[in-house]
Amino acid sequence: MSDAAAGLTTPIEEPWLATKAANVRRARSPVTGEGPILAGVLIGVTILFLALFLILPLAVVFYEAFRNGASAYWAALTEPDARAAIGLTLLVAAIAVPANIVFGLAAAWAIAKFRFPGKSFLITLIDLPFSVSPVVAGLMYVLLFGAQGMFGPWLKAHHFSIIFATPGIVLATIFVTFPFVARELIALMEDQGTTDEEVALSLGAGGITTFLRVTLPNIKWALLYGVLLCNARAMGEFGAVSVVSGHIRGLTNTMPLQVEILYNEYNISAAFAVASLLALLALVTLVVKSVLESRFNDALPGKARGH
Amino acid sequence: MQIRAVDIAKTFAGASRAALNGVSLTVGSGELVALLGPSGGGKTTLLRIIAGLDIPTSGKVFFGDEDASQKTVQERRVGFVFQSYALFKHLTVEENVAFGLDVRDRALRPPKEEIRRRALELLDLVQLSGLAGRRPGQLSGGQRQRVALARALAVEPRVLLLDEPFGALDAKVRRELRSWLRELHAQTGHTTIFVTHDQDEALELADRVAVLNGGRIEQIGTPDEIYDHPATAFVNSFIGEAGALQAHLRNGQVYVGAHPVTLPAASKQTSGAAGEGRLFVRPQDIVIGEAGPDSLRAEIISVRRSGPTRRAEISIDAQTANVEVDTPSSVVYRPGEQVPVRILRGAFFLNGEGI
Repeated sequence: MSDAAAGLTTPIEEPWLATKAANVRRARSPVTGEGPILAGVLIGVTILFLALFLILPLAVVFYEAFRNGASAYWAALTEPDARAAIGLTLLVAAIAVPANIVFGLAAAWAIAKFRFPGKSFLITLIDLPFSVSPVVAGLMYVLLFGAQGMFGPWLKAHHFSIIFATPGIVLATIFVTFPFVARELIALMEDQGTTDEEVALSLGAGGITTFLRVTLPNIKWALLYGVLLCNARAMGEFGAVSVVSGHIRGLTNTMPLQVEILYNEYNISAAFAVASLLALLALVTLVVKSVLESRFNDALPGKARGH
Repeated sequence: MQIRAVDIAKTFAGASRAALNGVSLTVGSGELVALLGPSGGGKTTLLRIIAGLDIPTSGKVFFGDEDASQKTVQERRVGFVFQSYALFKHLTVEENVAFGLDVRDRALRPPKEEIRRRALELLDLVQLSGLAGRRPGQLSGGQRQRVALARALAVEPRVLLLDEPFGALDAKVRRELRSWLRELHAQTGHTTIFVTHDQDEALELADRVAVLNGGRIEQIGTPDEIYDHPATAFVNSFIGEAGALQAHLRNGQVYVGAHPVTLPAASKQTSGAAGEGRLFVRPQDIVIGEAGPDSLRAEIISVRRSGPTRRAEISIDAQTANVEVDTPSSVVYRPGEQVPVRILRGAFFLNGEGI
C-alpha cells in the first residue's frame, strides 16, 4: 500500500502529515476501493430515504393517534363501529390465512414433487394476484357474484349474499393473499427435491405419513414466513376489499376501510388511532420476520443449501 | 432372496433415447453385484426400477418367485441407500435409524423399547455407537453414509440397493468404507446390488460385475472374467487400461501391419474369419527390448514415472495412436529410440463389434 504513495512527497520534517495520509489510505476499502466519503454519502441517502418514506409516516401515525390523549385513543378504539371493523378484520384473516395455507401447501406439493401437463400454466396462475390490481380483483368478484353478476340471480334466489357481505370480503382477501404461502413453499420444495420423500417411501412410510413426518418438518420455517406475509397482507388489504364490501358501517368494514371512513369524516385522531393498530401489526411482522431470518437462515427459501 | 430383472426397458418422457434397452439381470441370493459403467449408462435407472422408485416402460422384476413389478416400493421391502445419504435433518441419528420401524402400522410396529434396542444394535453394527443423539449435521461424510446404511438395514430388507454409496467421499474414506462394506456383507449376507462408476471399487467388492453402457449390459461376470476376458471393445477399454492398435484378421491370424502377432488362443476374440479391427493391449502385456521373430518395431515417444515403475508411450509400427507400456524402473528409454517390442496378450475385436 505504501507503494501507492509514490506521488506523495512528504518531507521528513513533518511526519504527522505522513501519518495522516497513511490513515486515509488505510481507511479506503481494500477491495472495492471506495473512499469513506462515497460510502458516507450512500449510507446518508439511504437513511434519508428510509426516514422520509418509512419512519416519519409511522411516527406521525402514532403521534396523531395520541394527540388528544390516551383516553381519547382508547375511546376511538372501543367505539362500536371500530370494534366491528377490528372484529371483521380478525375474522377475515382467521379464514383467509388457513385457507391459503391449505391451497399453498397443495399447490407447492403438486408443483415441486410431480410432473404433469399444465404445470407451468398453474405456476403463472399462482402469480396472477400479484400482477392484477387489487381493485380489478374486487371488481372480478362483483362481476361474478354481484346482483347483476353471473351468479347474481342464483344467489338471490337462495338468499345468499356474497358481495356487500362478509363472504365477498373473505373471497377477495383470499385471492390477493394466495401467492404468499405458495411462492415461499414452491421455491424451497423444488430446491429440496424428492429424495427425502423417496427415502421415507422406501422405508415403508405411506403418503400421508411421509408428508407429515418428512415434508412438513423440512418446510416449517418457510411456511411460517409465508403465513406471516399472508397475514400482514390479509389484515391490511384495501383495494379489493373496498370494491366488494359496500362500506356498511358496523357490518362490512374492515380496519383499513374504517380508517378511510373516519378520515373522510374529518375524525382525524380516531382515524389515526385505528391506523396505529395497523402500523403496530406492520412493526410486529417486521420484528418476527427478522427473528426468523436471523435464526433460521438456512431453512428459508432462497438461502436454502441442499444437502 | 434372488432378484431377477427381465428385459427391462425404460424411456423417460421427452427423452430422445432410451435409458434402458432390454436389460436382463439375475442376482443370486446373498450375492454382491456391482452395476458399473459411465455416467448416463442406465445403472441408477435400473437400480431404481428394481426398488420400485421408477416404473419401467416394459419388463418385469422378480423377487424370488414373486412378480414384484406391480408392487409399490413399500411392498417390495427394499433397503435403498441414496448417493446423497438423505438423512432426515430434523431427527437425531437414532431417530433416523428407527424411522422405518416407527412409521409401521400399529399392528406391525414393535414396542418403543424394542425399536430403540434395534436402532442401537444397528448403530453398533455400523460402528457408530455413542453417536445416537447427534444430528446429521454434526457427522462427517463417512459417518452419515453408515447411518444411511443402518437406517436401510433397520427394516430388515430383502435386498440392499446402494446408489454410488461412496461417491461423495474422499479417497481414503472410500477405501476404508469399501473393506468395511465387504465385511458387513459377509456378516449379514444380504443380497446387495450397488451402482458405481469406479471400476476399482466394483472389481474389489463385487462377486459379479455387470458393465452397462448406453442402456445395455455389455458383460456380466466375475471381476476376473471382466478384466481378463472382456467380451466387447467397450468393456476392454473401460476396465483397466488398454491401448488400441489398428490390426486386421486374415485366415484366423491377427496381423499388425505386415507382422503376424501370436496371441494365446484364449485371448483371440473373433466372430468372423477376416476383417479390419483393433487389438487392445494392456500396458503390462507388452515387453520392450526382446528382438525376435514375433517382435514389432516401435519408437519411444515419451517416458514418465508411474509410482514404482515407469510408463513409456510408444508408437508401434508407425501407427498414429500411441500405446502405453510398463517398463521396469531400472531401464531408462529415451524419446526417439527405436526398440523392438513383443505383445504377450491382447484382445482383438473386429470393427463394428462391441462399441
